[in-house]
Amino acid sequence: MDLSSINPVVLIASLMVASTPILLAALGEMVVEKSGVLNLGVEGMMIVGAICGFAIAVETGSPTMGFVAAALGSALLSMIFAVLTQLFLSNQVATGLALTLFGLGLSSLLGQGYVGIKPPSTPKMDLGPLSDLPVLGRILFSHDLVVYFSLALVLAVWAFLKFTRAGLILRAVGESHDAAHALGYKVVAIRFAAIGFGGACAGLGGAYLSLVRVPQWTEGMTAGAGWIALAIVVFASWRAGRILLGAYLFGGVTVLQLNLQAAGAAIPVEYLSMSPYLITILVLVIMSSSRGRASLAAPASLGRSFHASS
Amino acid sequence: MTLAKLLTGAALAAGLAGGAFAASHSEPVKAGFIYVGPIGDGGWTHEHNIGRLAVEEEFGDAVETVYQESVPEGADAERAITQMALQGADIIFTTSFGYMDPTINVAEKFPDVKFEHATGYKTADNVAIYSARFYEGRAIQGHIAGKMTKTNKIGYIASFPIPEVIRGINSAYIHAKKVNPDVEFSVVWAFTWFDPAKEADAATALIEQGADVILQHTDSTAPQAAAAEAGNVITFGQASDMSEYAPMPRVSSIIDNWAPYYIDRVKAVMDGTWETKDTWDGIGPGMVGIGEISDAVPAEVKAEALALKDAIAAGDYHPFTGPINKQDGSVWLAEGETADDGTLLGMDFYVEGLTGEIPN
Repeated sequence: MDLSSINPVVLIASLMVASTPILLAALGEMVVEKSGVLNLGVEGMMIVGAICGFAIAVETGSPTMGFVAAALGSALLSMIFAVLTQLFLSNQVATGLALTLFGLGLSSLLGQGYVGIKPPSTPKMDLGPLSDLPVLGRILFSHDLVVYFSLALVLAVWAFLKFTRAGLILRAVGESHDAAHALGYKVVAIRFAAIGFGGACAGLGGAYLSLVRVPQWTEGMTAGAGWIALAIVVFASWRAGRILLGAYLFGGVTVLQLNLQAAGAAIPVEYLSMSPYLITILVLVIMSSSRGRASLAAPASLGRSFHASS
Repeated sequence: MTLAKLLTGAALAAGLAGGAFAASHSEPVKAGFIYVGPIGDGGWTHEHNIGRLAVEEEFGDAVETVYQESVPEGADAERAITQMALQGADIIFTTSFGYMDPTINVAEKFPDVKFEHATGYKTADNVAIYSARFYEGRAIQGHIAGKMTKTNKIGYIASFPIPEVIRGINSAYIHAKKVNPDVEFSVVWAFTWFDPAKEADAATALIEQGADVILQHTDSTAPQAAAAEAGNVITFGQASDMSEYAPMPRVSSIIDNWAPYYIDRVKAVMDGTWETKDTWDGIGPGMVGIGEISDAVPAEVKAEALALKDAIAAGDYHPFTGPINKQDGSVWLAEGETADDGTLLGMDFYVEGLTGEIPN
């Protein structure tokens, strides 16, 4: 075994790249669930984001336009879900699953002409002398904009839910939509906004896959990332900080175990292979259990349909 | 399930409804295909689907094909195969190793339906098996890889620890070592056939650790994209030509050519001459193709690789010719001895010189 061939600095830099798609998707889904809606269509929205972003980036030559289009495309897709579940009161679980199936099919249709094309490369942020710092420069200051955006978004979502009036209203809608409605808040409109935000985030995550992490378009390329994001929301007990931890743990251990394998570490591959799932779940569950009941903060109205009867 | 599948389902439903009225006419033979990935994976499943389309082309209205994509290996495969049999398929091709037991189980329940399982080793009266000698192509890849590597580190993205994958690793290693005694292999097990993000991560990990040749035994083109991004790394197309990444990083490829076999077997069902059998063809009969060797490969290396290909095709040279020892140093093949198919089909060991253990 020759672990010296693993460069920890490069490793940390690449685990940030590997974690970003899941982080974005999970963060969006958390806001959706905080508003009391369970959208199981994350996988479908991610892959539609992946192809929308890829196609627009290729057509315009601008990755930035690609990311914008990915966010818009997936937000648009999530509106189908919003209309069905919020206006027509369809079952959220079934509709979410259908959205995933629809998204997978739609993306492979849209992606017919884009197989085997190389996307324009997403530029790294030029932070001048900061990027040239030893160690820190490579880890902190030489990523593309989306990585920083996702980290800023974690902070923004946390602050929004904790400190702002709008955040409080969103949480109120998720805890008890009847009470929120009685207070005069527009439950359905708020949920529409949350679902749209979740869709946009999932789209960005998908586009990050097809434009930066892989970078290419392949049918079905999310290969279950959306489901991982959904699981992380639950195990992170609906907290932005823990979602960051969960996503980075999962992405990090995935990259780490591949690196350990490549270096020929004397750990059986079976254990390495299951380690991302095991470690992420263990850490998040242990963190939740130590805080007592209050930490199991599933929104009380999660997954329930709301109909203003009066 | 994808849109394509939904449409197939709809077409199927329409076909069934139509079929009820026209039952007395000679019905088309229905051929079903179970795929492990999406047909747009650019690799393994893509080539099986090309084979399916060739069957449609050949027989026109006399045949009807159905397929289901991204069927997980294991228990759910049994449901998918059963469903296809219930829908009236006359012959069902199950195109991944992990469908072996499900195929055998379903075949017991449908004795009148013919089953064809790819890359496995279990047969029955109505289950035939077929595979290609990919290890012949791996020998050529190993030769080019050994000649071209500058860091002497070759990365290998493996999928599952099954004989087919292990044969490929051994064959590539033997032939790389032959032309470059300093060469080292790093094998990464991805435990998936298709997950572009993970495949790209694996390629990146190998490249970051100094590998400048990436061989893959997974189905998507993601490792090619990762290698292109890194620059100065060469790769080989897997299952499909992947020529969109030529001339660099993809310098050659193994192409699976299933079409002649599929046409042959569907024809046998039509004629009523179908029998179970075990087909294992290589470069010679054309089931394994070698994609064009690009200009990134020096002319003399290319000539050697083509000579090796011709020797294998003609049957003059077997990629597993002794002396070869097993990883633990015990003798496997004596000088001049060639491996028998039985050992190759069940191969569960590395040859001498490879490091690491094969997962169970």
